[in-house]
Amino acid sequence: MSTTNDHSNSGASTEARPQVASEGSLLQGLVFGMIFGFLLQKGGVAKYHVLMGQLLLVDFTVVKVMLSAVVTGALGIHLMHKAGLVELHIKPTRYASNLIGGLLFGIGFALSAYCPGTGAAALGQGNYDAIAMMVGMIAGSYLFAELSGWISRNIDPIGDRGKITLHDYLPAHRTVTVAGFAALLCGVLIAIEVLPVR
Amino acid sequence: MSELSQPTIVFAEIDPLKYAGPAWSPYLVGVLIGVLSMVTFYFSNKPLGASTAYARIAGIIGLLLAPKHTRSLKYFKDNPPKVGWELMLVIAVVAGSFLAAWSGGEITGQYLPAMWQERFGSDSYVLRTLVAFAGGLLMASGARMAGGCTSGHGISGTLQLAVGSWLSAICFFVGGVVVAKMMYAL
Repeated sequence: MSTTNDHSNSGASTEARPQVASEGSLLQGLVFGMIFGFLLQKGGVAKYHVLMGQLLLVDFTVVKVMLSAVVTGALGIHLMHKAGLVELHIKPTRYASNLIGGLLFGIGFALSAYCPGTGAAALGQGNYDAIAMMVGMIAGSYLFAELSGWISRNIDPIGDRGKITLHDYLPAHRTVTVAGFAALLCGVLIAIEVLPVR
Repeated sequence: MSELSQPTIVFAEIDPLKYAGPAWSPYLVGVLIGVLSMVTFYFSNKPLGASTAYARIAGIIGLLLAPKHTRSLKYFKDNPPKVGWELMLVIAVVAGSFLAAWSGGEITGQYLPAMWQERFGSDSYVLRTLVAFAGGLLMASGARMAGGCTSGHGISGTLQLAVGSWLSAICFFVGGVVVAKMMYAL
Protein backbone atom coordinates (compact mmCIF):
# COMPACT_ATOMS: atom_id res chain seq x y z
CA MET A 1 0.00 0.00 0.00
CA SER A 2 2.87 2.35 0.82
CA THR A 3 5.24 1.00 -1.78
CA THR A 4 4.47 3.24 -4.75
CA ASN A 5 6.68 6.15 -3.72
CA ASP A 6 9.54 5.04 -5.96
CA HIS A 7 12.41 7.09 -7.29
CA SER A 8 12.37 5.54 -10.74
CA ASN A 9 9.48 4.32 -12.79
CA SER A 10 9.60 1.60 -15.42
CA GLY A 11 10.24 4.15 -18.16
CA ALA A 12 13.80 4.76 -16.98
CA SER A 13 14.92 1.37 -18.15
CA THR A 14 18.61 2.17 -18.52
CA GLU A 15 18.96 3.25 -14.93
CA ALA A 16 21.01 0.96 -12.69
CA ARG A 17 19.41 2.12 -9.48
CA PRO A 18 17.01 -0.15 -7.62
CA GLN A 19 13.59 1.11 -6.59
CA VAL A 20 13.26 2.36 -3.04
CA ALA A 21 10.09 1.88 -1.00
CA SER A 22 8.52 4.65 1.07
CA GLU A 23 10.04 5.57 4.42
CA GLY A 24 7.00 4.25 6.23
CA SER A 25 7.34 0.84 4.61
CA LEU A 26 11.09 0.71 5.33
CA LEU A 27 10.52 1.72 8.96
CA GLN A 28 7.86 -0.96 9.44
CA GLY A 29 10.23 -3.57 8.02
CA LEU A 30 12.92 -2.47 10.46
CA VAL A 31 10.65 -2.55 13.52
CA PHE A 32 9.04 -5.90 12.71
CA GLY A 33 12.44 -7.37 11.74
CA MET A 34 13.94 -6.34 15.08
CA ILE A 35 11.11 -8.10 16.92
CA PHE A 36 11.35 -11.17 14.66
CA GLY A 37 15.12 -11.44 15.18
CA PHE A 38 14.80 -10.95 18.94
CA LEU A 39 12.21 -13.73 19.13
CA LEU A 40 14.18 -16.12 16.89
CA GLN A 41 17.26 -15.78 19.12
CA LYS A 42 15.30 -16.16 22.38
CA GLY A 43 13.59 -19.20 20.87
CA GLY A 44 17.00 -20.82 20.40
CA VAL A 45 16.57 -21.22 16.64
CA ALA A 46 19.62 -19.06 15.84
CA LYS A 47 21.80 -21.77 17.38
CA TYR A 48 23.59 -24.22 15.09
CA HIS A 49 23.07 -27.22 17.39
CA VAL A 50 19.35 -26.49 17.90
CA LEU A 51 18.72 -26.33 14.14
CA MET A 52 20.91 -29.35 13.43
CA GLY A 53 19.35 -31.16 16.40
CA GLN A 54 15.95 -30.67 14.77
CA LEU A 55 17.14 -32.16 11.48
CA LEU A 56 18.70 -35.06 13.42
CA LEU A 57 15.28 -35.47 15.11
CA VAL A 58 16.53 -35.18 18.70
CA ASP A 59 15.71 -31.50 19.43
CA PHE A 60 12.19 -30.41 18.44
CA THR A 61 12.59 -26.74 19.40
CA VAL A 62 12.23 -25.61 15.76
CA VAL A 63 8.99 -27.55 15.24
CA LYS A 64 7.61 -26.28 18.58
CA VAL A 65 8.29 -22.67 17.61
CA MET A 66 6.89 -23.11 14.10
CA LEU A 67 3.72 -24.98 15.04
CA SER A 68 2.92 -22.59 17.94
CA ALA A 69 3.29 -19.71 15.49
CA VAL A 70 1.10 -21.47 12.93
CA VAL A 71 -1.66 -22.27 15.44
CA THR A 72 -1.70 -18.68 16.75
CA GLY A 73 -1.45 -17.08 13.33
CA ALA A 74 -4.00 -19.42 11.70
CA LEU A 75 -6.67 -18.57 14.30
CA GLY A 76 -5.75 -14.88 14.50
CA ILE A 77 -5.46 -14.19 10.78
CA HIS A 78 -8.61 -16.19 10.01
CA LEU A 79 -10.62 -14.09 12.50
CA MET A 80 -9.05 -10.82 11.29
CA HIS A 81 -9.80 -11.79 7.69
CA LYS A 82 -13.40 -12.63 8.65
CA ALA A 83 -13.68 -9.20 10.25
CA GLY A 84 -12.37 -7.60 7.04
CA LEU A 85 -9.21 -6.32 8.72
CA VAL A 86 -6.59 -8.10 6.60
CA GLU A 87 -6.08 -9.52 3.12
CA LEU A 88 -4.77 -13.06 2.66
CA HIS A 89 -1.47 -13.70 0.86
CA ILE A 90 -1.71 -17.24 -0.51
CA LYS A 91 1.25 -18.48 -2.55
CA PRO A 92 0.36 -20.61 -5.56
CA THR A 93 0.47 -24.40 -5.33
CA ARG A 94 2.66 -25.91 -8.07
CA TYR A 95 3.30 -29.52 -7.18
CA ALA A 96 6.55 -30.03 -9.15
CA SER A 97 8.12 -26.71 -8.14
CA ASN A 98 7.04 -27.04 -4.49
CA LEU A 99 8.41 -30.59 -4.34
CA ILE A 100 11.72 -30.09 -6.19
CA GLY A 101 12.35 -26.63 -4.74
CA GLY A 102 11.39 -27.85 -1.27
CA LEU A 103 13.83 -30.77 -1.40
CA LEU A 104 16.63 -28.56 -2.77
CA PHE A 105 15.96 -26.11 0.05
CA GLY A 106 16.05 -28.95 2.59
CA ILE A 107 19.44 -30.18 1.37
CA GLY A 108 20.82 -26.64 1.64
CA PHE A 109 19.18 -26.21 5.06
CA ALA A 110 21.09 -29.24 6.41
CA LEU A 111 24.38 -28.12 4.88
CA SER A 112 24.27 -24.62 6.35
CA ALA A 113 22.00 -25.51 9.33
CA TYR A 114 20.68 -21.96 9.08
CA CYS A 115 17.64 -21.10 7.01
CA PRO A 116 17.27 -17.61 5.48
CA GLY A 117 15.66 -16.04 8.57
CA THR A 118 17.45 -17.96 11.30
CA GLY A 119 20.77 -17.41 9.46
CA ALA A 120 20.35 -13.65 9.85
CA ALA A 121 19.58 -14.28 13.53
CA ALA A 122 22.63 -16.57 13.81
CA LEU A 123 24.84 -13.78 12.48
CA GLY A 124 23.30 -11.40 15.01
CA GLN A 125 24.27 -13.63 17.92
CA GLY A 126 27.84 -13.96 16.59
CA ASN A 127 27.86 -17.10 14.40
CA TYR A 128 30.04 -15.63 11.67
CA ASP A 129 29.78 -18.71 9.43
CA ALA A 130 26.27 -17.46 8.62
CA ILE A 131 27.96 -14.87 6.37
CA ALA A 132 29.10 -17.67 4.02
CA MET A 133 25.52 -18.95 3.89
CA MET A 134 24.21 -15.43 3.18
CA VAL A 135 26.67 -14.91 0.31
CA GLY A 136 25.54 -18.30 -1.01
CA MET A 137 21.91 -17.18 -0.75
CA ILE A 138 22.64 -14.06 -2.83
CA ALA A 139 24.53 -16.11 -5.45
CA GLY A 140 21.78 -18.74 -5.48
CA SER A 141 19.09 -16.10 -5.95
CA TYR A 142 20.87 -14.77 -9.04
CA LEU A 143 21.44 -18.31 -10.32
CA PHE A 144 17.71 -18.97 -9.97
CA ALA A 145 16.93 -15.71 -11.79
CA GLU A 146 19.15 -16.90 -14.67
CA LEU A 147 17.05 -20.07 -14.89
CA SER A 148 13.70 -18.48 -14.02
CA GLY A 149 12.45 -18.22 -17.60
CA TRP A 150 13.09 -21.90 -18.28
CA ILE A 151 11.68 -23.02 -14.92
CA SER A 152 8.51 -20.98 -15.36
CA ARG A 153 7.94 -22.54 -18.80
CA ASN A 154 8.90 -26.14 -18.02
CA ILE A 155 8.53 -26.87 -14.29
CA ASP A 156 5.97 -24.44 -12.85
CA PRO A 157 3.12 -25.63 -15.12
CA ILE A 158 3.45 -29.24 -13.84
CA GLY A 159 0.70 -29.69 -11.28
CA ASP A 160 -0.11 -25.96 -11.21
CA ARG A 161 -3.25 -25.69 -9.07
CA GLY A 162 -3.24 -21.96 -8.34
CA LYS A 163 -3.84 -20.46 -4.91
CA ILE A 164 -5.53 -23.43 -3.28
CA THR A 165 -5.97 -23.95 0.45
CA LEU A 166 -7.32 -26.82 2.56
CA HIS A 167 -10.66 -24.95 2.55
CA ASP A 168 -11.04 -25.87 -1.11
CA TYR A 169 -10.80 -29.56 -0.31
CA LEU A 170 -12.74 -29.83 2.94
CA PRO A 171 -16.52 -29.43 2.88
CA ALA A 172 -16.58 -27.88 6.38
CA HIS A 173 -17.17 -24.22 7.20
CA ARG A 174 -13.92 -22.21 7.08
CA THR A 175 -13.95 -21.48 10.82
CA VAL A 176 -14.50 -25.16 11.62
CA THR A 177 -11.61 -26.13 9.33
CA VAL A 178 -9.23 -23.63 10.93
CA ALA A 179 -10.26 -24.61 14.49
CA GLY A 180 -9.96 -28.32 13.71
CA PHE A 181 -6.63 -27.77 12.08
CA ALA A 182 -5.32 -25.78 15.06
CA ALA A 183 -6.51 -28.56 17.38
CA LEU A 184 -4.70 -31.15 15.25
CA LEU A 185 -1.44 -29.19 15.42
CA CYS A 186 -1.84 -28.83 19.22
CA GLY A 187 -2.21 -32.61 19.32
CA VAL A 188 1.07 -32.94 17.42
CA LEU A 189 2.78 -30.63 19.92
CA ILE A 190 1.44 -32.67 22.85
CA ALA A 191 2.68 -35.86 21.17
CA ILE A 192 6.16 -34.31 20.82
CA GLU A 193 6.16 -33.52 24.56
CA VAL A 194 5.62 -37.21 25.25
CA LEU A 195 8.60 -38.22 23.08
CA PRO A 196 12.05 -38.45 24.71
CA VAL A 197 13.35 -35.38 22.82
CA ARG A 198 14.01 -31.73 23.67
CA MET B 1 40.73 -56.35 20.60
CA SER B 2 37.51 -54.43 20.44
CA GLU B 3 39.40 -51.20 21.10
CA LEU B 4 40.39 -50.96 17.45
CA SER B 5 36.81 -50.68 16.25
CA GLN B 6 35.88 -47.92 18.68
CA PRO B 7 37.42 -44.78 17.11
CA THR B 8 35.66 -45.25 13.77
CA ILE B 9 32.20 -44.63 15.25
CA VAL B 10 33.12 -41.97 17.75
CA PHE B 11 31.40 -39.14 15.87
CA ALA B 12 28.10 -40.98 15.95
CA GLU B 13 27.92 -39.99 19.59
CA ILE B 14 27.73 -36.25 18.96
CA ASP B 15 24.78 -35.12 21.04
CA PRO B 16 23.19 -31.75 20.15
CA LEU B 17 21.33 -31.79 23.49
CA LYS B 18 24.48 -31.29 25.53
CA TYR B 19 24.60 -27.68 24.29
CA ALA B 20 22.30 -24.98 25.65
CA GLY B 21 18.70 -24.96 24.45
CA PRO B 22 16.44 -21.93 23.95
CA ALA B 23 16.49 -19.09 26.50
CA TRP B 24 12.71 -18.74 26.43
CA SER B 25 9.99 -21.36 26.07
CA PRO B 26 9.68 -22.26 22.38
CA TYR B 27 5.88 -22.19 22.80
CA LEU B 28 5.97 -18.61 24.11
CA VAL B 29 8.27 -17.56 21.25
CA GLY B 30 6.06 -19.36 18.72
CA VAL B 31 2.89 -17.69 19.97
CA LEU B 32 4.61 -14.28 19.85
CA ILE B 33 5.81 -14.92 16.26
CA GLY B 34 2.21 -15.87 15.42
CA VAL B 35 1.04 -12.55 16.89
CA LEU B 36 3.82 -10.75 14.97
CA SER B 37 2.55 -12.29 11.73
CA MET B 38 -0.95 -10.94 12.52
CA VAL B 39 0.63 -7.52 13.11
CA THR B 40 2.52 -7.53 9.78
CA PHE B 41 -0.63 -8.64 7.90
CA TYR B 42 -2.54 -5.77 9.49
CA PHE B 43 -0.01 -2.92 9.37
CA SER B 44 2.18 -3.81 6.37
CA ASN B 45 -0.22 -6.00 4.36
CA LYS B 46 2.68 -8.46 4.05
CA PRO B 47 3.43 -11.95 5.37
CA LEU B 48 6.66 -12.59 7.30
CA GLY B 49 9.31 -14.00 4.97
CA ALA B 50 13.08 -13.94 4.74
CA SER B 51 14.29 -15.38 1.43
CA THR B 52 13.02 -12.54 -0.78
CA ALA B 53 15.51 -10.14 0.85
CA TYR B 54 18.44 -12.12 -0.56
CA ALA B 55 16.92 -12.06 -4.06
CA ARG B 56 16.53 -8.28 -3.72
CA ILE B 57 20.25 -7.95 -2.86
CA ALA B 58 21.15 -10.22 -5.79
CA GLY B 59 19.09 -8.01 -8.08
CA ILE B 60 20.61 -4.79 -6.74
CA ILE B 61 24.14 -6.15 -7.27
CA GLY B 62 23.07 -7.40 -10.70
CA LEU B 63 21.81 -3.91 -11.62
CA LEU B 64 25.21 -2.48 -10.69
CA LEU B 65 27.32 -5.05 -12.56
CA ALA B 66 25.15 -6.02 -15.53
CA PRO B 67 22.03 -3.83 -15.60
CA LYS B 68 20.80 -4.84 -19.05
CA HIS B 69 21.19 -8.57 -18.48
CA THR B 70 19.70 -8.40 -14.99
CA ARG B 71 16.62 -6.58 -16.26
CA SER B 72 16.19 -9.19 -19.01
CA LEU B 73 15.77 -12.08 -16.53
CA LYS B 74 12.21 -13.21 -15.91
CA TYR B 75 12.47 -13.26 -12.13
CA PHE B 76 13.72 -9.67 -11.98
CA LYS B 77 11.10 -8.56 -14.51
CA ASP B 78 8.40 -9.95 -12.22
CA ASN B 79 10.19 -8.83 -9.04
CA PRO B 80 12.21 -5.68 -9.75
CA PRO B 81 15.26 -5.21 -7.47
CA LYS B 82 14.17 -2.96 -4.67
CA VAL B 83 15.22 -1.61 -1.31
CA GLY B 84 12.00 -2.35 0.51
CA TRP B 85 10.19 -3.88 3.46
CA GLU B 86 11.55 -7.40 2.95
CA LEU B 87 15.19 -6.30 2.87
CA MET B 88 14.78 -4.05 5.92
CA LEU B 89 13.16 -6.95 7.76
CA VAL B 90 16.14 -9.27 7.34
CA ILE B 91 18.72 -6.58 8.12
CA ALA B 92 16.80 -5.79 11.30
CA VAL B 93 16.63 -9.50 12.22
CA VAL B 94 20.42 -9.40 12.61
CA ALA B 95 20.12 -6.42 14.98
CA GLY B 96 17.18 -7.87 16.92
CA SER B 97 18.98 -11.16 17.41
CA PHE B 98 22.08 -9.31 18.59
CA LEU B 99 20.02 -7.51 21.24
CA ALA B 100 18.48 -10.80 22.37
CA ALA B 101 21.82 -12.61 22.56
CA TRP B 102 23.52 -9.66 24.26
CA SER B 103 20.77 -9.27 26.85
CA GLY B 104 20.87 -13.00 27.57
CA GLY B 105 24.66 -13.36 27.62
CA GLU B 106 24.55 -15.66 24.59
CA ILE B 107 26.88 -13.91 22.14
CA THR B 108 28.97 -16.64 20.50
CA GLY B 109 31.50 -14.64 18.46
CA GLN B 110 32.96 -17.61 16.61
CA TYR B 111 33.15 -18.84 13.03
CA LEU B 112 32.88 -22.57 13.70
CA PRO B 113 29.90 -23.68 15.83
CA ALA B 114 30.90 -26.04 18.68
CA MET B 115 28.89 -28.96 17.34
CA TRP B 116 30.42 -28.54 13.87
CA GLN B 117 33.93 -28.53 15.42
CA GLU B 118 33.17 -31.72 17.28
CA ARG B 119 32.35 -33.46 14.01
CA PHE B 120 34.65 -31.80 11.43
CA GLY B 121 37.55 -30.49 13.52
CA SER B 122 38.50 -27.15 15.07
CA ASP B 123 40.47 -26.02 11.99
CA SER B 124 37.83 -26.80 9.35
CA TYR B 125 37.35 -23.17 8.28
CA VAL B 126 37.56 -23.83 4.55
CA LEU B 127 35.22 -26.82 4.71
CA ARG B 128 32.66 -24.88 6.77
CA THR B 129 32.83 -21.92 4.40
CA LEU B 130 32.28 -24.12 1.35
CA VAL B 131 29.48 -26.16 2.96
CA ALA B 132 27.66 -23.08 4.31
CA PHE B 133 28.01 -21.32 0.92
CA ALA B 134 26.71 -24.40 -0.93
CA GLY B 135 23.86 -24.59 1.57
CA GLY B 136 22.92 -20.98 0.88
CA LEU B 137 23.13 -21.53 -2.87
CA LEU B 138 20.80 -24.54 -2.72
CA MET B 139 18.40 -22.87 -0.26
CA ALA B 140 18.01 -19.77 -2.40
CA SER B 141 17.44 -21.80 -5.58
CA GLY B 142 14.99 -24.06 -3.76
CA ALA B 143 13.17 -21.25 -2.00
CA ARG B 144 12.68 -19.27 -5.21
CA MET B 145 11.50 -22.37 -7.07
CA ALA B 146 9.13 -23.44 -4.27
CA GLY B 147 8.01 -19.85 -3.71
CA GLY B 148 9.24 -19.30 -0.16
CA CYS B 149 11.40 -20.45 2.74
CA THR B 150 10.92 -21.69 6.31
CA SER B 151 9.30 -18.34 7.15
CA GLY B 152 7.35 -17.56 3.98
CA HIS B 153 6.01 -21.07 3.39
CA GLY B 154 6.77 -22.74 6.74
CA ILE B 155 4.97 -20.18 8.91
CA SER B 156 3.12 -17.56 6.82
CA GLY B 157 1.88 -19.97 4.15
CA THR B 158 0.99 -22.90 6.37
CA LEU B 159 -1.00 -20.70 8.77
CA GLN B 160 -3.22 -19.74 5.82
CA LEU B 161 -3.64 -23.47 5.15
CA ALA B 162 -2.12 -23.12 1.67
CA VAL B 163 -1.60 -26.56 0.11
CA GLY B 164 1.67 -25.66 -1.66
CA SER B 165 3.09 -24.21 1.54
CA TRP B 166 2.45 -27.41 3.48
CA LEU B 167 3.94 -29.51 0.69
CA SER B 168 7.02 -27.25 0.51
CA ALA B 169 7.51 -27.14 4.29
CA ILE B 170 7.34 -30.93 4.54
CA CYS B 171 9.88 -31.22 1.70
CA PHE B 172 12.20 -28.75 3.52
CA PHE B 173 12.34 -31.14 6.47
CA VAL B 174 12.48 -34.36 4.44
CA GLY B 175 15.49 -33.10 2.46
CA GLY B 176 17.04 -31.62 5.59
CA VAL B 177 16.69 -34.72 7.75
CA VAL B 178 18.20 -37.02 5.11
CA VAL B 179 21.27 -34.81 4.56
CA ALA B 180 21.72 -34.01 8.29
CA LYS B 181 21.72 -37.73 9.08
CA MET B 182 24.34 -38.27 6.35
CA MET B 183 26.49 -35.50 7.84
CA TYR B 184 26.26 -36.53 11.48
CA ALA B 185 24.81 -39.97 11.97
CA LEU B 186 26.32 -42.19 9.29
